[in-house]
Amino acid sequence: MKLAYWMYAGPAHIGTLRVASSFRNVHAIMHAPLGDDHFNVMRSMSERERDFTPVTASVVDRHVLARGSRDKVVNNISRKDEEQRPDSIVLTPTCTSSILQEDLQNFVDRASLYSESDVILADVNHYRVNELQASDKTLEQIVRHFLNRAREKGLSNRSLTDTPSVNIIGISTPGFHNQHDCRELKRLLGEPGISINQIIPEGEFLRNLRDLPRAWFNVVPYREMGLMAATFLEKEYGMPYISKSPIGILNTADFITRIGKPVNLWSSALLGKEVNYDLYIENQTKFVSQAAWFSKSIDCQNLAGKEAAVSGDATHAASITKILVKEMGIRVSCSGTYCKHDAEWFNEQVQGLCDEVIITEDHTKIGNMIARIEPSAIFGTQMERHIGKRIDIPCGVISSPVHIQNFPSGYRPFLGYEGTNQISDLIYNSFNLGMEDHSPDVFGGHDTKGVNTKSLSVAKREIHWAPEAESEPKKIPGFVRGKIRRNTEVFAKQNNILEITVDVMYAAKEKSSL
Amino acid sequence: MKIPETLAFECETGNYHTFCPISCVAWLYQKIEDSFFLVVGTKTCGYFLQNALGVMIFAEPRYAMAELEEGDISAKLNDQEELEKICLQIKNDRNPSVIIWIGTCTTEIVKMDLEGIAPKLEERIGTPIVVARANGLDYAFTQGEDTVLAAMAHRCPDYKHFETDGGPGKIEHVRINTGPTNKSLFQKERLTKSNLVLFGSLPSSVASQLNLESKRQSVPVSGWLPSQRYNELPTLGEGIYVCGVNPFLSRTATTLMRRRKCQLIGAPFPIGPDGTRAWIEKICSIFNIKPEGLEERENQIWKNIKDYIQIIEGKSVFFMGDNLLEISIARFLIRCGMIVYEIGIPYMDRRYQAAELSFLQHTCENMKIPSPRIVEKPDNYSQVQRMHELKPHLAITGMAHANPLEARNIDTKWSVEFTFAQIHGSSNARDILELVTRPLRRKGGFTPNSRSLSKQTLQN
Repeated sequence: MKLAYWMYAGPAHIGTLRVASSFRNVHAIMHAPLGDDHFNVMRSMSERERDFTPVTASVVDRHVLARGSRDKVVNNISRKDEEQRPDSIVLTPTCTSSILQEDLQNFVDRASLYSESDVILADVNHYRVNELQASDKTLEQIVRHFLNRAREKGLSNRSLTDTPSVNIIGISTPGFHNQHDCRELKRLLGEPGISINQIIPEGEFLRNLRDLPRAWFNVVPYREMGLMAATFLEKEYGMPYISKSPIGILNTADFITRIGKPVNLWSSALLGKEVNYDLYIENQTKFVSQAAWFSKSIDCQNLAGKEAAVSGDATHAASITKILVKEMGIRVSCSGTYCKHDAEWFNEQVQGLCDEVIITEDHTKIGNMIARIEPSAIFGTQMERHIGKRIDIPCGVISSPVHIQNFPSGYRPFLGYEGTNQISDLIYNSFNLGMEDHSPDVFGGHDTKGVNTKSLSVAKREIHWAPEAESEPKKIPGFVRGKIRRNTEVFAKQNNILEITVDVMYAAKEKSSL
Repeated sequence: MKIPETLAFECETGNYHTFCPISCVAWLYQKIEDSFFLVVGTKTCGYFLQNALGVMIFAEPRYAMAELEEGDISAKLNDQEELEKICLQIKNDRNPSVIIWIGTCTTEIVKMDLEGIAPKLEERIGTPIVVARANGLDYAFTQGEDTVLAAMAHRCPDYKHFETDGGPGKIEHVRINTGPTNKSLFQKERLTKSNLVLFGSLPSSVASQLNLESKRQSVPVSGWLPSQRYNELPTLGEGIYVCGVNPFLSRTATTLMRRRKCQLIGAPFPIGPDGTRAWIEKICSIFNIKPEGLEERENQIWKNIKDYIQIIEGKSVFFMGDNLLEISIARFLIRCGMIVYEIGIPYMDRRYQAAELSFLQHTCENMKIPSPRIVEKPDNYSQVQRMHELKPHLAITGMAHANPLEARNIDTKWSVEFTFAQIHGSSNARDILELVTRPLRRKGGFTPNSRSLSKQTLQN
C-alpha cells in the first residue's frame, strides 16, 4: 500500500480503451463495477467528442461475485454485436476483474461463436503496467491479431506501394495535441513526397490493417505508444521504423534525415533515383520555422542562462529539454519524467543537458524539487502548472496528463516545423510573463506580497522573524526575496538560531556568498 | 406505504453511466472540516477521483488513496501494518479529528477486514477511524454519502432521554406514512426543544436556511448529521426525531431507526418551494404544530421564479438517471409546468421515498399531466433510443452522454451539477431553475428579459 494523492499515468484499462476507441467501429466492453466507465466522460468532455464513446461496461455487481459473470459478459457481447455491428469487440479487464480471476479468454471464445464481430481480450496486467504501457501493448496485440488472421486467410498483402509510403503509429484519442501533431506529421512527410499508408489507431478500420506491411517504413512519433507494434512489424515483416520524435528544429531535421535511409533502400530500385532531403530541411528551417531565427534574436538572448525545470512523459520532457538547452541557450536545472519504465532511454537523452535528472511518479517529489531550485519557468504537466501557481513560477504545459484546455480548437501541433513555432511561443511567453511580473518589484511595487517558504510539505514554521528583520527583505528586489528569506531560515536552522534579526540575515548572506 | 397504482415502475439492465460512490469524498471532506478521507483502493479509483474532481485535487485536499499493490492483493503484505503506516503519516501531516476509510470494490473482493482492523488501529494511533463501504459493486454515486453517514451514525453520542409520564417504552415509532398523521400519538409537552435532527450533507449556508425555515415554525433543529466538525455530531437515541433532506439516504435512515432507535419523519424532500413546504408541514404535523404563513411564503417564491417558469412551461424533459435526486427534481419541474417523459433512477427505495412518490403522484394529478414512467437501473443504450423517438426538449444526463446528445440536437443539462449546486429550501428554487433553463436560454429569444436572468436580484 502506498499513500497517493495524485498520479501521472492512469490505470492499464485506460490505455486499452484509448487504443480500442481510437480505431473506427471497434467497441470496448469493460468488465468492471458501476462507475468505472469514467473514460467516457473524459473523452466526451476533454475531446468534446460528438459521438457516443464506443465503450460500455459489463457491470460487475454482487450477483456476479456470487455466480460468476460468464453469462452476463457473453450476453453483453452478443447484444453489442447485434445493436451496433462493430468490426471488433475488445473485452477489457479492469483492476477489479483481474482479482476475480475469471477465465475471460473462455468467455471471449464462447462469445465469438455467436457474434459476427471479432472478439478479443485485451491482454494487460493491471498491477504491473500503467496506462501508457498498456496502450502500447494493446496496439501491438491488435496489429498482431489482425495481421496473423489475414495471413491465415491468405489475405495479407505484402507488396510495397509504388511510391514511398509510411505508417504513422501511435496517434490516439485523448493524446496530448495528437490530432494537430498528426496533421503536421502528414504535411512533414507529404512535402518530401512520402504518402501516408495508414495512421493507427486513430480513425483506421481494422479490416485495413492487413495493408500495413505495404508501407515502406513506420514512424513512431511518441515513445509511449507504438514502439511495440513497430518492433513487431520490423521483426515479422522486415519493416524499418523511425522512433525519433520530430519535436524542435534539431530533432525534426534529424527525423527527416533518417527518413532518407528507408526510402533510399527501395527508391533506387523502384523509382530509379536516390532522394536527398538536405535542401528541404534547410528551406523549412529558414523560411517555415521561425524558431531558428527566434533563437538568434535579441528576445532569445535575454533568456540565455535562465533556469528552467522540465517534467513530463519521456518523449516530450526529453525533446523540450533538448530545445531549451541546444536551441535557446536556457539552463535546465532539472529534467524529469514519470515514465519509470523508460528511465534508461530518458537518462541517455538528457545526459549532459541538465544538472539533475529526476525519475519519479510522485508529484510531491517533483514539487519539492521545483521549490528547491526555484527556476524562472517550469515546463511540465497540469500538475506542474498548479505547483507553479502555488509558488509563483510560470509554467508551460508540454505533456499529458492534461486538461480540457490542452485540447485547443486552434491548430497547435508540437511536432514538425509548425510545432517549432508553437513551442517558441510557449517558451518565450512563459519566461516573458515571469519578467513582467518581477519588474514592478524592482521599483518597489508589489511590497505587500507575502513571502512563502516555497516548500510544498506542510511544515510548521518554528523560526521567528524579528520585526526589523521582517522588513529588511522588502528592500530586496522581489524575485530574489524568496530565495534570501529561505537561505536565511536554512542558516538559522543549521545554527540553532530561533529568532532572525538583521544581523542573522547578513550573517546568512555572507555565509552563502562564500 | 401505499403507492398510487398509476405510477409505473420498471427495471432495466443496469447498464448505465454514473459516478463511482467514492466521489462522495469530494463534498464530504469539505463539509466535515476536520476529517480526512482515505480511499483504500487501486489506481482506477485514484484516477477516477483525480479526473472527476478536476481542480479540487490541486488544493491540498484532505483525502488520499491508500493505493493497493500486488503484494496487498496476494496478501503478501499485512493489511493492518500497511494501513497503520499510512494512517500515522496522515496523522503527522494533517492531524485530523477523524479518518474515514472508504472501502472499494477491491477491498470487497479480497475481503479486507476494514471494520475489524479499524478499532485496533484507532486504539493504536488515537484517532477515530470510521469505515464506510462505498463501492461500485453495491452503490451508485450519491449513495456513497449514504454509506458514510450510516457509518457515522454509530459515532454520534447517546441521547439521554428524560422520562416524562410516558416512559421510553411507550413512544411509538413513527411509521413512514403518506397519509395524514395520527396526531393523538404525540403529546406536545413531551417534545423538548432539542429532538429534531436532520441528516444529509448540505453546504452550511443551505443548512442554516433550512434551520431558519424550521425555526419559523418554532421547531428548532437540534443537530445535523453530518456536522461541520466531527466532535459536534448530534446526540441520537430514543426520543430523537430524524428527518432526511436528501432522497438517497435510505441506509442512513434505516440505521437511525433500527440501531439508534430514532424516529423517522417520512416527508417529501425540501427541494423546490413545493417540496420545502410539504417537508415543513410534515415535520410540523409530527410535532403537532400548526404551520403558519407557509402558503404565502410558497406563493411568494413561485412569483419570484415566474420569469424562469415562462421558459420551461410546456417543455418536456427526460431524466437518464444517475444521482437519485431525480424523483424530487422531476416533481418540482412538473409543478413548474414541464412534462416529464421518463425518470431514470439508479435505485428506488419506495419506503424511504414514499412521501415523495405520493407527492409526485399528486402533483401530476393537480397539473393534469400523465405520470412519468420511473425506470430503475436504466439501460443507457435503450434510453437513447427512446429519446430519439420522444425528442424531449431537455435531457438531464451525465457528462458521458451530454456532448453526443447535443450533437444530435437534444439540449442537455449535466446532472452532476444538481449534486453540487445549492438546491434545497425555498430560496434556492431559483438555482434549480437557473440550471434547468440554462441550455434552453442559451438559444435566446424566449422572453425579452431572459437574457440576463442570472444577474437579476431576488426581490424578496
